[in-house]
Amino acid sequence: MLYFSDLLQYSDVFLSGLKTTVELTVLTTILGVVLGTVCATVRQYGNRASQRVVSVYVELIRNTPFIVQLFFIFFGLPAIGMMLSPWEASMIALTINLGAYSTEIIRAGLASISKGQIEAAKVLGLNFRQTLTRVIFVPAFEKIYPALTSQCIIVMLGSAVISQISVQDLTYAANLVQSRNFRAFESYFVTALLYLGLSILLRFAFNALGKRLFAYRASN
Amino acid sequence: MIEFSNYDILRNLMFATQWTILLSLAAFIGGTTVALTLTAMRLTRNPAMQRIVRVYVELFQGTPLLMQMFLCFFGLSMLGYEISAWGAAILSLTLFTSAFLVEIWRGCIDTLPKGQWEASRCLGLSFLQTLRHIILPQAIRVATAPTVGFSVQVIKGTALASVIGFVELTKVGTMLNNATFEPFKIFTLVALIYFMLCYPLSLYSKHLEKKFNVSR
Repeated sequence: MLYFSDLLQYSDVFLSGLKTTVELTVLTTILGVVLGTVCATVRQYGNRASQRVVSVYVELIRNTPFIVQLFFIFFGLPAIGMMLSPWEASMIALTINLGAYSTEIIRAGLASISKGQIEAAKVLGLNFRQTLTRVIFVPAFEKIYPALTSQCIIVMLGSAVISQISVQDLTYAANLVQSRNFRAFESYFVTALLYLGLSILLRFAFNALGKRLFAYRASN
Repeated sequence: MIEFSNYDILRNLMFATQWTILLSLAAFIGGTTVALTLTAMRLTRNPAMQRIVRVYVELFQGTPLLMQMFLCFFGLSMLGYEISAWGAAILSLTLFTSAFLVEIWRGCIDTLPKGQWEASRCLGLSFLQTLRHIILPQAIRVATAPTVGFSVQVIKGTALASVIGFVELTKVGTMLNNATFEPFKIFTLVALIYFMLCYPLSLYSKHLEKKFNVSR
């Protein structure tokens, strides 16, 4: 039998877990996309050595599991003298992870900008920074916006793993509740639904944001 | 207390890698089978069937794999279905893999022009004949690269099975770490082994993509 009502008294536990997950998601989404933008720009327009460095970073992260990256940062780095709290470790791990994936996505956007536009900007006397911010970035991001946002949602779902280093996120709350009242199925089921709601909500938020960011399309 | 030499560490990790590979294969085969069934359901153009597939994809793409594993492992046994860590890992990874593969394959089938379905209909081919002789041969060519690419996600997904106590590469890594207190070395090795498993697949997927783009 299922007893979902047993979970009601723990609603504040779930809510504070939800809050941590949302906070970390918002923070790492912003940091990860910024990191990805910088790396993608270097990968596309930088010199050969820096391109190589970015490629190695991207391939290393994309071909290893997130949980191993997290353990490496949380358990491995203190061994060489970098002490990190669980929260800091998971923030760094999530940012580095999203950074690698978004580098690959954003680079595809940068590559899709035709060379003529960059040459035209040069002829008009824009310097490289101006060309990037005024000519390249907006259409490049518009093109890859759906892929980028779904990657952000995937990273949000992946953040469930950080409960393993005792960050008190939503999954941690689920584990805590089921260890108190032994209602494992109910607890995990409700948590899964909360994650589902969060991912649907995020998608709506990203769509609304996209409409604002790329509003110039509608006006001309 | 047992001393672990570098050789012991490596030997144990290699042993665990076999289980990671086996779990990945099982999940990939299971996921492909379920995804094929779901794709067939979607192609029938029956609205009810299509809705089922949509909900399935939304459900398993919109929730964390870890949560699916917990539900399969702790949840099912609380409901009275005894399930081993191995069974729970395969079950949840199959669900996860199939939800993503259905979406990937949907994109591949949708790139084929609709006129081909109509033309086959005019030629008197049945639904299954159209699928067998017209659609699948083309769709498979498009789908191979992203499917191989996704197999990397499956291998990485198996790392989560360590959380429910299935002894694979990551779990042996944490166990060795507890015994040796050399986290830097051990997790570097674990990451490198995963990299050696995944990177060739990534490269192969990229190669296939290029090959396909040339022929187009």
